[in-house]
Amino acid sequence: MTAAAPRVAGLTTRHWRVVLVVGVLVLACVLPFLVSNYRTFQLTMMLVYAIALLGLNLLTGYNGQISLGHGAWFALGAYTTAIMIDQWGIPYYWTLPVAAAVCLVVGFLFGVPALRLRGHYLALATLALALVIPQLLKYQPLQPFTGGVQGILILKPEVPWGLPINQDQWLYFFVLAITLVMFVLGWNLIRGRVGRALVAIRDHEVAAETMGVNNALYKSTVFGVSALYTGVAGALSAVVVQFVAPDSYNILVSITLLVGIVVGGLASISGAIFGAAFIQFIPQVAESVSKAAPWAIYGVFLILLMFVMPTGIAGFIKWVSYRFLGTRGGD
Amino acid sequence: MTGISKTTVRFFTVACAALFSMAAFAAQYGPGVTDDTIKIGNTSPYSGPASAYGVIGKAVSAYFDMINDQGGINGRKIEFISYDDGYSPPKTVEQARRLVEQDHVLLLFETLGTPTNSAIHKYMNAKKVPQLFVATGASKWGQPEKYPWTMGWQPSYKTEAQIYAKYALANIKDPKIAILYQNDDYGKDYVNGFKEGLGDKTNLIVAEESYEVNEPTIASQIVNLKNSGANVFLNVTTPKFAAQAIKKAYEIGWKPTQFINNVSISTSAVLEPAGLDASTGLISAGYLKDQTDPQWKNTPEVKEWEAWMKKYFPDGNLADGSNVYGYTIAQTMVHVLKMAGDNLTRENVMKQAANIDNLELPLLLPGIKVDTGPKDYYPIECMQLQRFDGQKWSRFGDVVCAETPDT
Amino acid sequence: MDVFLQQVVSGLAAGGIYASLALALVMIYQSTEHINLAQGEMAMFSTYIAWTLIDAGIPYWIAFVATLVISFIGGVLIERLIIRPVENAPVLSLVIVFIGLLVIFNSLAGWIFTYTIKPFPSPFPESPISVGNVVLSPHSLGAIGVTLLILLLLFGFFRYTSLGLAMRAAAQNPVSARLVGIRVAWMLALGWGLAAAVGAVAGMMVAPVIFLDPNMMGGVLIYAFAAALFGGITSPGGAVFGGFTIGVVEALAGTYVPFIGSELKLLVALVIIVGTLLIKPTGVFGKAVVSRV
Repeated sequence: MTAAAPRVAGLTTRHWRVVLVVGVLVLACVLPFLVSNYRTFQLTMMLVYAIALLGLNLLTGYNGQISLGHGAWFALGAYTTAIMIDQWGIPYYWTLPVAAAVCLVVGFLFGVPALRLRGHYLALATLALALVIPQLLKYQPLQPFTGGVQGILILKPEVPWGLPINQDQWLYFFVLAITLVMFVLGWNLIRGRVGRALVAIRDHEVAAETMGVNNALYKSTVFGVSALYTGVAGALSAVVVQFVAPDSYNILVSITLLVGIVVGGLASISGAIFGAAFIQFIPQVAESVSKAAPWAIYGVFLILLMFVMPTGIAGFIKWVSYRFLGTRGGD
Repeated sequence: MTGISKTTVRFFTVACAALFSMAAFAAQYGPGVTDDTIKIGNTSPYSGPASAYGVIGKAVSAYFDMINDQGGINGRKIEFISYDDGYSPPKTVEQARRLVEQDHVLLLFETLGTPTNSAIHKYMNAKKVPQLFVATGASKWGQPEKYPWTMGWQPSYKTEAQIYAKYALANIKDPKIAILYQNDDYGKDYVNGFKEGLGDKTNLIVAEESYEVNEPTIASQIVNLKNSGANVFLNVTTPKFAAQAIKKAYEIGWKPTQFINNVSISTSAVLEPAGLDASTGLISAGYLKDQTDPQWKNTPEVKEWEAWMKKYFPDGNLADGSNVYGYTIAQTMVHVLKMAGDNLTRENVMKQAANIDNLELPLLLPGIKVDTGPKDYYPIECMQLQRFDGQKWSRFGDVVCAETPDT
Repeated sequence: MDVFLQQVVSGLAAGGIYASLALALVMIYQSTEHINLAQGEMAMFSTYIAWTLIDAGIPYWIAFVATLVISFIGGVLIERLIIRPVENAPVLSLVIVFIGLLVIFNSLAGWIFTYTIKPFPSPFPESPISVGNVVLSPHSLGAIGVTLLILLLLFGFFRYTSLGLAMRAAAQNPVSARLVGIRVAWMLALGWGLAAAVGAVAGMMVAPVIFLDPNMMGGVLIYAFAAALFGGITSPGGAVFGGFTIGVVEALAGTYVPFIGSELKLLVALVIIVGTLLIKPTGVFGKAVVSRV
């Protein structure tokens, strides 16, 4: 006989989870009206990072393929959008599907030969990709398109349909809507067959293949999908910052994304949000602790976090709820 | 007429007139200004690949500390808020917005870097916040018609490169020119300026090599440049790579007429590591005094600078030219604020910045002054050529000023 | 022909730089099965320690040895205090710890020593040697020599000494190693200490050429990482081979492939590396890991 699901204040944890999600959504919709435009801008960037982290998490967290070069997709998406707006005057919202498609295809093409590489060697190959991107962006013959070292400036999007909100708030809601769509799609993906196949491949490739999972197809496709997510995030970042330049997409972006998914929690949807909050806001906190060596403080935060929560914030929460509430299961 | 007596009316009229005239003379404050403080914002690369330039922000902060100790400007102390942007344009956007929208500073001062300033260029002008004395030599900061709220400070890279080009054309027989440049906007700006200075003689350039900031060594580029047979070498590099380039060229026996850009002119930070023998004969153009140079070291102006360093910036390197740059650019800001008096609105500060009349500052080379006008947003346009004789930089020729402000 | 030779020489000199740090990476991998991303910054910090000693008047070789000792102890301490608590965490969590270390060392160096470049002395004679029309720098030759010497020492250590064998066992199979009496914990700490010492040597050989500043090793680390993996992460000889190959290929690509010039030579180097990995996924001299299913 199975025990009844534990109840807290009369609701099961499943109910509480729904309450939590709804609460967060309501908060997300109300926040821009409660805080300054500057904070709204920061929150918008946090959402952008969340999408990028979800993409990286699909590849590295759920499928175990490490990528040290996801900044490349971020840059590819950003430049696709910037070039389309700058050269052909295409409205920013139509550039998103194009950026998504470009990254999907290029990501898949990269994922195919990457099938032969594992672990550190795959990390190197992805690192190589990330290193090459700024050089390509500055390459003289491509300058008429990419703007070279000067970069490309984009105009801030106008608020459509005469809505009574300002431009920053409009951008926030636009990005929020895209984020919700991407997260719901991702969640569905992970919950279903695809998610299980990815995790099976991560945990034991040979066993997965024997059980009938087409490793090659899944691994290269997830590369493409992961690139798609991070590319969309990059495209959005170009619209939110209104400026792209090769210097913005150096190796630090890739490292930051990796930090984000590990700190947030690998193989976790909510981890993408925690990670995004970390990489967006913690550097400022570190700066307020020490003006002289803020990145040293950031490094200390990282190390301490890994001591206390080696499975990331989401992993920690899962552990806590398991220990104290007796719950199990996904997120 | 009953009720209000004539006296009352008269009283109120006089009172209103008095209040009105008081208001007209009263202090006018923009954001970030009170009776005791003026808030000034800044972004600098305190981390990341350009962190060497973070020193300038620290020097500026130390200079303002001294001004505050001396009583401030017209009785107001400067609160200098400087954030790290890691030389990353998206971060600069975030920090600039924080300064303007959250910290409510009066203006942004000495923001460093070309891509970083480019990222906030439109924003600052849209918000009508002064982006004053940006710390970069790109030529695009002097466009008062399109961007009335942005102004540079130092002589532009193009101005400097044109000076080298004209010198080479006039003084070197049969010049064949090789260029080494950093592959970013700073490097490319110099190269473009140099080519403009050559006019229709750009075919004299026989080799161009670039390098990335995160490349460990540039030895192979120098080898290629030597191999081109060039007898003129335009060296557009930042200090670390300048030292490498000078040293390597000397090592492989290549002795062209070498122009080193002003960014890497420091005797102690560049020429000594490269080797004083290797550096003999280098030509550069300068506008600031080199505080380690024997001809300036014991002058009262440099001694005063040293005293300031020792008291307010003891961690700072006495041999680093960035500290002279920071001192002088901060003096320019203080001058502008003094001229604004009690009318510290953004409009008035910008107006005063656009009306600096032949300001002489102690650490500028003799004959070089700060001068602006409503159509002239290039505060310093003059430089003087100098040659390194193995021990010090010797100035020669006249002070050369840019002919027209270029866009 | 002269240009070709001179570029090969330049490439070898640059490659020597990459190879020396790559050896430290291989060292740490052989003893812990992890690649320490902070190795470059630790090497840079060690070099600053050496600089401080030399600046205080201590003769070069004494400062050299003292730095090795200090770095060794530092490496051991870091392993015991910082790596030990997260030993059993997922691999990527460990990577984050390495990144944390990297950032801490870089930031501390900038804060303590400022960002102005500092010249670092070389123990080798200054004046260049000319062989025909090709100029060789004694320091580069000396640095290459030192790198090869360390390579031989490492190779011999891991292959022929029982301590080296114990370290490799501890890294590859800690459980079995304990069963045969190897004190795994100390083997790991020893590995870190030795890697830190090798890194210190790399830093001191590199600094005279590219000058000492907190960002000195940033670019080198990436090349060293590529070199170590290209050559096979389990092979010290492979790392050195990888370093030299990358250096020479980059120099020659920048010279002889016209539409690339110096703008894309990194691209060329990386294409070659990744291409080679696709043909031989564990590096040129690496061993394929065969595990039971």
